[in-house]
Amino acid sequence: MEFVSIFLLLAGAFFYFAGTIGFLRLPDFYSRMHATGKSDTLGTLLSLLGLALYAGWSLTSIKILFIVVFVFITSPTATHALLRAAYDSKIPLWTKDGRDLREGEVKGR
Amino acid sequence: MNLERFFLFISIFIGLLVFLCLYRVVFGPGIFNRLIGASVIGTKTLTLLVLMGFIYKRIDMFVDISLVYALLNFIVTIAASKYFLRKGATR
Repeated sequence: MEFVSIFLLLAGAFFYFAGTIGFLRLPDFYSRMHATGKSDTLGTLLSLLGLALYAGWSLTSIKILFIVVFVFITSPTATHALLRAAYDSKIPLWTKDGRDLREGEVKGR
Repeated sequence: MNLERFFLFISIFIGLLVFLCLYRVVFGPGIFNRLIGASVIGTKTLTLLVLMGFIYKRIDMFVDISLVYALLNFIVTIAASKYFLRKGATR
């Protein structure tokens, strides 16, 4: 059982690492959001699941599972709200050749 | 095998990742990059608090702190994204 816990913690740390690299290296706001929004949710899920397995059957592990469920619902919601706010305040989208992707957009949405 | 030592190494690694994310919070262009930086650091702190509870053997206290931290992080992100909606960010 301990080895499953170690493996889940290492997988969670790997996903955190990948998300941080994408957060530092990607070119604009939306792609940074793409890197962090998914990999952080998955990293939290895996590492907290490993810690709940290590804690065994008790009230503590049930509370950790509650944290996992809460993060799995709220973290994509927060990501979506932040992205919608950035899109509505006209932050430009990055393309490789620098053309404007929002040209043919209907006014007022 | 001493698993608390392994937890300590994982916490140090996640702490280093928090410092890497802090670069975006300090230098990142525009307010929204700083906001995701704060949200990402909050999510990492959640895991870090539970790990700290196992290291100090006070998990029954630290897990409640972590639960409250998850709630606060969500509310902060939602409120800030509502507040900075049309304030004219340039990048």
